[in-house]
Amino acid sequence: MNNEELLNIVTDSAKFDGAYNIRINGKLFDRKVNDNVNIVSKPNNSGIDIYIKDNTTSQTIGIPVILTSGDITEKVLNDFHIGKDCDVTIIAGCGIDNCSSCTSQHDGIHTFYVGENSKVKYIERHYGHGEGSGQRVMNPETVLHLQKNSKMEMITTQIEGVDSTVRKTTADLMDGANLVVTEKVLTSNSQTATSIFDVDLNGKNSKAKLTSRVVAKDNSHQDFYSNVKGNNDCYAHVECDAIIVGNAKVGSTPKIVANHPDASLVHEATIGKIAGEQLLKLLSLGLDEKEAEGVIIDGFLK
Amino acid sequence: MLQLVDICYSTKDKQILNNVNLTFKDEITVITGANGAGKSTLAKIIMGILKPTSGKILYNGQDITDFSITERAKMGIAFAFQQPVKFKGLRVMDMLRLASKDKKVALNSYLAQVGLCAKDYLMRELSGELSGGELKRIEIASVLARNCNVTIFDEPEAGIDLWSFSNLVDTFKHFEDQTKGALILISHQEKMIELADTIIVMAGGNVEKVGSRTEILPTLSIKSCNGCGGKR
Ligand SMILES: Nc1ncnc2c1ncn2[C@@H]1O[C@H](COP(=O)(O)OP(=O)(O)OP(=O)(O)O)[C@@H](O)[C@H]1O
Ligand SMILES: [Mg+2]
Repeated sequence: MNNEELLNIVTDSAKFDGAYNIRINGKLFDRKVNDNVNIVSKPNNSGIDIYIKDNTTSQTIGIPVILTSGDITEKVLNDFHIGKDCDVTIIAGCGIDNCSSCTSQHDGIHTFYVGENSKVKYIERHYGHGEGSGQRVMNPETVLHLQKNSKMEMITTQIEGVDSTVRKTTADLMDGANLVVTEKVLTSNSQTATSIFDVDLNGKNSKAKLTSRVVAKDNSHQDFYSNVKGNNDCYAHVECDAIIVGNAKVGSTPKIVANHPDASLVHEATIGKIAGEQLLKLLSLGLDEKEAEGVIIDGFLK
Repeated sequence: MLQLVDICYSTKDKQILNNVNLTFKDEITVITGANGAGKSTLAKIIMGILKPTSGKILYNGQDITDFSITERAKMGIAFAFQQPVKFKGLRVMDMLRLASKDKKVALNSYLAQVGLCAKDYLMRELSGELSGGELKRIEIASVLARNCNVTIFDEPEAGIDLWSFSNLVDTFKHFEDQTKGALILISHQEKMIELADTIIVMAGGNVEKVGSRTEILPTLSIKSCNGCGGKR
């Protein structure tokens, strides 16, 4: 798989009409900035600072990372400083194509400072590929600081090929801030994935909706932890849906804490095999069992 | 033509169908009878969802008793569930596309037949976000889309509002002109029963009566209860 193919998978072939920063094998490969968005490297190749001016709207900003050789272990800090009244889409993601026998590892810490009234859509895709026995490891950490009335929608997808991942998402929300997180994970073979959410609803009328839809196949193992604290008049909904195929294991450990009498927090979790009724319905349309299972899982993760 | 020969079905502690012998021709057959009579069980046995304890199913003369659901579906048997199944992530469009063999037919037409506006529904998820009646109508549309030789609808009227109900009756009325197959309706509704060429009445796991509409309809007690619909 060449760099371009991998890049297209990670970015879902999105076109970056705004600024971008592409990192390949631990080095800056290409960067473009504009009047509204500036990207500055941190010292010692340790990451970048992205500055987005007040009132920046309708821009898609890309910051993909790819690793195509084994034996790279990197830790990168990317800080997004987003002004007031912005409306932007940020596409990040990491692709590892490791054909070697050494481990490739990318750990990224993305911190977002989202200014008042700003709207951010953040899309992050993770993908691993390669025949080699070397492990493909990704540990993304996202830290979100949502100012008054800001809105952040975060969509993360990890489809196939990542041997081990620990994803950590931490957020604090001011008055009227709104956070929507949708996470999709598919693990197979003996892969492991852990997702940890830590959300503090500090502001009045702040809202958070966390949805995790995961499929664990074969002997893989997934764990979901959430710790949501309602510290004000706020609302949170946490939902974890998991489908188990084969001998996979899935754990869901929710914690919701109301530290304020007007906090309203909901948690739902469903873990189980594909519902028999769903299979029967698709079989009765003429699909065979494999096809039916594929349709259900693909739909679930779409 | 579909034939059931001496079909019995029982669970560990209960006999649910007793020696059912029936022939379904290329016409409209309505199966009616009290709750728990075994109508849905019979439909599931035809689709292959349940395996009969004994007896045979013949489809155009071929013994299909041991055929899987998928095989039967591919041979041209379709079944609309009494209780529609929900799917997280699957859209109405996806379901109709899976169901429709003829890839050229616009999916919109199937939704129109059940009184749903395609532009409002095609992209919706088949999850709890749709109302019970909407899910039911989409279930019916998915089976209409299959365009099969034997089509079974299990209480298609359940949960459907009055206006859509009369549309549905029309759909079934015209169904025959289009498909020229066997249409089997399981129903408690007078308007549906009136569509029948043949009526089957089931009771306690037995076929109580079989006959033409003109023979059986007067014997059903529906009309005796003036207006209140004794069987509704
Ligand atoms: N899995 C099962 N185990 C035990 N009993 C069952 C099972 N499935 C169905 N039955 C019983 O078999 C009988 C027939 O059920 P069936 O669903 O076929 O009835 P029906 O005629 O479709 O009724 P309705 O009009 O309420 O839909 C009922 O008494 C029901 O309780
Ligand atoms: Mg029934």
